[in-house]
Amino acid sequence: MKTELMSANYAAARSIVSARVEVVAAYPITPATTVPEQVAFLNEEGIYKGQFIRVESEHSAIFACIGASSTGARAFTATSSNGLLLMDEGLHWAAAARLPIVINNVNRSVSPSWNIHVTHDDSISKRDTGWIQFYVSSVDEVYHTIIQSFRLAEDERVLMPVMVNSDGFVLSHTLSTFDYLEPEEVDKFLPPYSPPHWVMDPADPVSHGNIVFPEYYQEFRYMMHEGTKNALKVYEEVEKDYKKLFGKYFGGPIDCFKCDDAKVVFTSQGSMAAEAIDAVKELREEGYKVGNARVRMIRPFPVERIRDLGSHVKAFASFDRGVSYGFGGPVANDIRSSMYNTKHRPMVKSYIGGLGGRDVTVADIKEMILDTYNAVETGELGPEETWHDLME
Amino acid sequence: MPKTSYSRPTIGATGETGSWRTFDPVVNYNECSKCRTCWLYCPEAVISVDEDGTPHTDYNYCKGCGICAQVCPKQCIEMVRTDERKRRTGGV
Repeated sequence: MKTELMSANYAAARSIVSARVEVVAAYPITPATTVPEQVAFLNEEGIYKGQFIRVESEHSAIFACIGASSTGARAFTATSSNGLLLMDEGLHWAAAARLPIVINNVNRSVSPSWNIHVTHDDSISKRDTGWIQFYVSSVDEVYHTIIQSFRLAEDERVLMPVMVNSDGFVLSHTLSTFDYLEPEEVDKFLPPYSPPHWVMDPADPVSHGNIVFPEYYQEFRYMMHEGTKNALKVYEEVEKDYKKLFGKYFGGPIDCFKCDDAKVVFTSQGSMAAEAIDAVKELREEGYKVGNARVRMIRPFPVERIRDLGSHVKAFASFDRGVSYGFGGPVANDIRSSMYNTKHRPMVKSYIGGLGGRDVTVADIKEMILDTYNAVETGELGPEETWHDLME
Repeated sequence: MPKTSYSRPTIGATGETGSWRTFDPVVNYNECSKCRTCWLYCPEAVISVDEDGTPHTDYNYCKGCGICAQVCPKQCIEMVRTDERKRRTGGV
């Protein structure tokens, strides 16, 4: 292990070297562009020894990955925003074909209005494709989560593709130190991928993606659901091994900070979830019992972890950097759903903001947490949903 | 069950598609030049040829599309109702 100084995108490109990825197929789109750019560079330099396929669109990128993964190759792509949306059909396909592809989606706003900065709408709108979704907060976490994701995706109990989401520009183009692992080190953690069911092989032909009549179709969908849900348990094992081998641990599906005795817990996804730790530290110094729950994994949704938190907190202040239009904060609503069939009823106040890359500062986060804290103190829920920092 | 659907190549994996047919191709072997054009064009690969090129249709899987009759250079393949074919060929 050695310390490197790079942007999250450059680190993501290094992760595929460490994980011995065999095929990368990608098409450039801001802010993901520098991932394939670096892969191309590393390929030229002979550092990345796999195939780099220069495709003509993101639709082709995901389907090239599907083809590669079908032959048993470890496949990776990176994209953003409209690029991810162009992959849509392939995202559903990869999940249903149970192909353990990993995508680094560099979150960017969807147009119009044209905007290259972060909003989580691109990946949130792909929430129901079956892909496991991580949201990460640092350059180091981008790098290591991608490596972990291959092990998670390729586990036979899971066998589902993984999307590692990192905030555009805030992470993608910001330089920070991270701990690089040589492929020889990662070998101890990540064995070569061997498809457990079928493989595309001209010497032993099979037809896949073939017709399945109503008698069987539902069963395959049930198995996808089970596979994605299994990711929670399998990821625990993955993180345990990773910690043992490399001393790295990112906090499981929900990374908690000072949640044990907290009255109000602030939840959010992505880079601002790290910013929120500073907000919680300041509020603690001011005498408020608050905690930070950084939601790293939104699919499968860590229901039990939320129920555990919900059983002892008075309220969640849940921040979403994306919207389900007509129903509000996606993660806030998942938290509400998770609590419904339990006997605990913490308040869940939903905050939406930071869209189009608008800065969310420590002061902003403190304001939202205190708004929820006030609701707990007065016993008045107030608005269920607040758009933070919204112009009149 | 496997986690995702796949199948291995077998004859008639989706059933006897010959039941979909309305008209059957019948070759007039007196006219047939054994050129193999029908064998080449058959989209279902249900025409087999003898060593000398004599074509035979597998009626269990022939869907009756009539492409063979269209492409035949000698125009000696006729599309006829099944009962008419059986009458002509003695029920084969």
